[in-house]
Amino acid sequence: MIHLKIDGIPVEVEKGTTILQAAKKIGVKIPTLCYLENVLPDGSCRLCVVEVTNSGRTKFDTACTLRCSEGDEVQTMSEKVVEYRRKTLDLLLSDHRIHCFSCEANGDCKLQDYCFEYGVTETSCPGEMKPGEIDDTNKFFTYDPSLCILCHRCVNTCKEIVGRGAIDTMDRGFQSVIGAHYKNKWAEGICESCGNCVQACPTGALSMKRRKNYRPWQIEKKVLTTCPHCATGCQYYLIVKDGKIVDTEAYDGPSNKGLLCVKGRSGSFDFVHSPERIKYPLIKNKETGEFERATWDEALDLVASKFMEIKKQYGSNALAGFACSRSPNEDIYMVQKMVRCCFGTNNTDNCARVCHSASVSGLAMTLGSGAMTNPIEDITKNAEVIMLVGSNPEEAHPVVGMQIRQAIKRGCKLIVVDPRDIGLAKKADIHLKLKPGTNVAFANGIMNVIIEEGLQDEKFIAERTEGYEKLKEIVKEYTPERVAEICHIDADDLRKAAIMYAKADRAPIIYCLGVTEHSTGTEGVMSMSNMAMMVGKLGREGCGVNPLRGQNNVQGACDMGAQPNVYPGYQKVTDPAVREKFEKAWGVKLDPEIGTHATDIFPKAISGEVKGLYIYGEDPVVTDPDTSHIIKALKNLDFFVLQELFMTETAQYADVILPGVSYAEKEGTFTNTERRVQRVRKAVTLEGEMRLDTDIIIDLMNRMGYPQPHLTSAQIMDEIASLTPSFAGISHERLDSKEVGGRGLQWPCIAKDHPGTKIMHVGKFTRGLGWFYPAEYVPSAELPDEEYPIILMTGRILYHYTTRAMTGKTPELMEIEGKSFIEMNIVDAEKLGIADGDKVKVSSRRGSIESTARVGTKTSPGETWMPFHFPDGNANWLTNAALDKYARIPEYKVCAIKIEKA
Amino acid sequence: MLDQSYYAKADEIILRYGRKAGSLIPIMQDIQEEYRYLPGELLSYVADQIGVTEAKAYSVATFYENFSFDAKGKYVIKVCDGTACHVRKSVPVLEALHKKLGLSKTKRTTDDMMFTVETVSCLGACGLAPTMMVNDEVHPRMTPEKAEALIDTLKGGGQV
Repeated sequence: MIHLKIDGIPVEVEKGTTILQAAKKIGVKIPTLCYLENVLPDGSCRLCVVEVTNSGRTKFDTACTLRCSEGDEVQTMSEKVVEYRRKTLDLLLSDHRIHCFSCEANGDCKLQDYCFEYGVTETSCPGEMKPGEIDDTNKFFTYDPSLCILCHRCVNTCKEIVGRGAIDTMDRGFQSVIGAHYKNKWAEGICESCGNCVQACPTGALSMKRRKNYRPWQIEKKVLTTCPHCATGCQYYLIVKDGKIVDTEAYDGPSNKGLLCVKGRSGSFDFVHSPERIKYPLIKNKETGEFERATWDEALDLVASKFMEIKKQYGSNALAGFACSRSPNEDIYMVQKMVRCCFGTNNTDNCARVCHSASVSGLAMTLGSGAMTNPIEDITKNAEVIMLVGSNPEEAHPVVGMQIRQAIKRGCKLIVVDPRDIGLAKKADIHLKLKPGTNVAFANGIMNVIIEEGLQDEKFIAERTEGYEKLKEIVKEYTPERVAEICHIDADDLRKAAIMYAKADRAPIIYCLGVTEHSTGTEGVMSMSNMAMMVGKLGREGCGVNPLRGQNNVQGACDMGAQPNVYPGYQKVTDPAVREKFEKAWGVKLDPEIGTHATDIFPKAISGEVKGLYIYGEDPVVTDPDTSHIIKALKNLDFFVLQELFMTETAQYADVILPGVSYAEKEGTFTNTERRVQRVRKAVTLEGEMRLDTDIIIDLMNRMGYPQPHLTSAQIMDEIASLTPSFAGISHERLDSKEVGGRGLQWPCIAKDHPGTKIMHVGKFTRGLGWFYPAEYVPSAELPDEEYPIILMTGRILYHYTTRAMTGKTPELMEIEGKSFIEMNIVDAEKLGIADGDKVKVSSRRGSIESTARVGTKTSPGETWMPFHFPDGNANWLTNAALDKYARIPEYKVCAIKIEKA
Repeated sequence: MLDQSYYAKADEIILRYGRKAGSLIPIMQDIQEEYRYLPGELLSYVADQIGVTEAKAYSVATFYENFSFDAKGKYVIKVCDGTACHVRKSVPVLEALHKKLGLSKTKRTTDDMMFTVETVSCLGACGLAPTMMVNDEVHPRMTPEKAEALIDTLKGGGQV
């Protein structure tokens, strides 16, 4: 330890601590402009200068770069220091355009604040100022060089924290500006518009265009909440002025570390105030087919009576209700409660069915719990090797992607297993560009090498697992050469990857829909846990099996029991003791049979077994495979009710539409991908006669004859906690408390004084012994043939979220990416006479769409990839509804198509 | 879009120095040598190939006066305006060249892509001031008249 005095106050710090850090420790404030926490100091702004009086130095030192020495006596506010800082500010002002009245940063500018504090009103050296035009090409923010003080916080944020490196200092000396591209246009470079640089800018040089709409002192309130897009669970403030959300501001949450992506920062609230919102109940006029405005009583009475009629006539199983994976836990809980208590069936589900149901079922079978085993922070900070399988986090979970890029910068090795050249593939040590649908073969190949090399963890296998011998027999057949042939990869790369993964002390597997969305998705997932168990990489820091869940609350939707086989907290409906508990609490007899999965509801609607459907905030016409089949199913229903924000594609087929409420208008909780329950808070009030979703559901329950008292969101969470052991310690009150400190609680959280569970399966699996599932490689359901010779995969892009119902309401996002496209290999394109940018007709056995070709080498020959966000050519007209045998998840990632020039 | 041959050339040069960040400057020098400027698109390609970000590559390229993103003329004339040349009247030489070729401080290259006129801070030949260079050739003790005559010679296809 080192001892020093700062302004006469003694302080003890560890070796390597800077003066700035030491000062912070004892509450001495030193001004900084360029300093960024957790990044090597830039030391360029010279504002943090201090005097170290004992060492005989006559010059000043920058506190951000100077490390403490024993016996240092530091003066942070001596007369000379203050004068130095005043001069520095004076010089900065000499090259800073002063127009504070009209500057967006007025009132939120560190240069302004320090000049005020140090009494610098104007520069004493006026003269030439650096040239440069305002760069207005980015959709969301502008760069004005005349306000730039070249502190490089933006450059360092982009390079070191975001890990993108999209911007840098251009030119030299007096001419220096920040730029992204040789054309001096920000938008031409590789900037992803995340805006983290803007939040880092201490002046108005980088400014969000939205800042033109408000002044910092006009902010009515800042409401801390959770992002409604992907399951990273980023925390931010919604900034409210005059009852409207005008902006966001990143918060240093446990999973996002003060970062946001473009969707979170810029695409998460325009939809809230969209004029296209449905604001009152609508009933379809049977004769005209048009929707007509109805009163709440009319709509709710109709819904309740129709559902009860169907129940009476055809029985409970003729009804089904889906919950929304983007709505809060409390809403989802009420939906499944309504389905179970009023409809009288377990026919409830959520859209995890079509994304990560394979993870839920697969990991439940092998480990006992279907969730990410380790937190995001742990697997990105503590890992030596990351094995990333079928996941493109830079686009689908951007803030996780940023943290993986940080990990690589710190020296963590990366193995990417993905059929495409995703962005991270370039940074990977090994990229196994495998053929879509061959994950099980790949994993068996990895395990073959591990056993061959003797790298398996015999102790872990013996003490904590079962089924190893059988799996060992199976993987014996998967030699690297055979796997190389199945997967179209290099056998040596596979060997290297296996050895790299097995030999690392801490190596997590991170995977996503590339593993799950197959007709063998569950086996793919179990193959992931097989690999991890074989090398004992579970229940420890920096390890685990980590599915990156899709939507903001898809983890929660599964946790809350919106599944046909389990009640909240994965308590089985078939377990009599569990059922009895819920029957007692809910006061009704419950269905003892497992219900129908969402993906099986649609065929049942076609066959007439299911007559009535209630969907809370899903848009299966856009998101589910084989669109014509879904439309046919919805049309065939006797009665279909949708609770929704917008007139979606699915809404067209509804009999009654109830106006839904967005995340910014209600209280609740979302559970992110790392099992972290975090608060969602109301920022703006509901318009007109709109009502809370839970109030609507509760009203319906009462009208269907179930006496459900009206409860607040917090009260609903208390009910959840009382019935769900893994949520027993969670309440809104506790989440809002100082104790939790805005970090949420990770389930299992079994008591009010339980701190939550960071890492699962420590010492013992939830299941008891981990189970090696003997999985054999089975080819995808639909393989390319002469007629349909090309494989189509589907996925998401950075700028939109699933159906675009939310992100599509932000015009700038639509300007960046607003149209359907298909990525294809240059070899196929040449064969078919297709050039980059050509219109193409894409067909499968199920349908045909038009799209635009993006020709390159991102996909391998014979393989293509499409996003499903865009209505002009939605890939789901083509995809195959072949279902996994355990999870009933459809095979989005492989179907056979043909492409022609349109 | 640049012609495919540019990328082939870049590949050849990259091979010469290796796919590593440290190769950036020598690669840029060779490309500039080849084309008398650094085509921006090609630098993006090079950056991608050697694993540095586009922004970093431009940052380095714009730091050095020697690199140019603008295509230059067949004859690049560098008029020295260092202290020695300046006091020995380099400015009239520059002005004469500008006038003769219809160029200015901002318009540095003739439309027919024959001549580029720029200033440099020192050519290290102060004893011969005022000096200028035409491509790799140093021309000592320049006067406006000598400069004009030189342009005529070059226009006539004559050797420097």
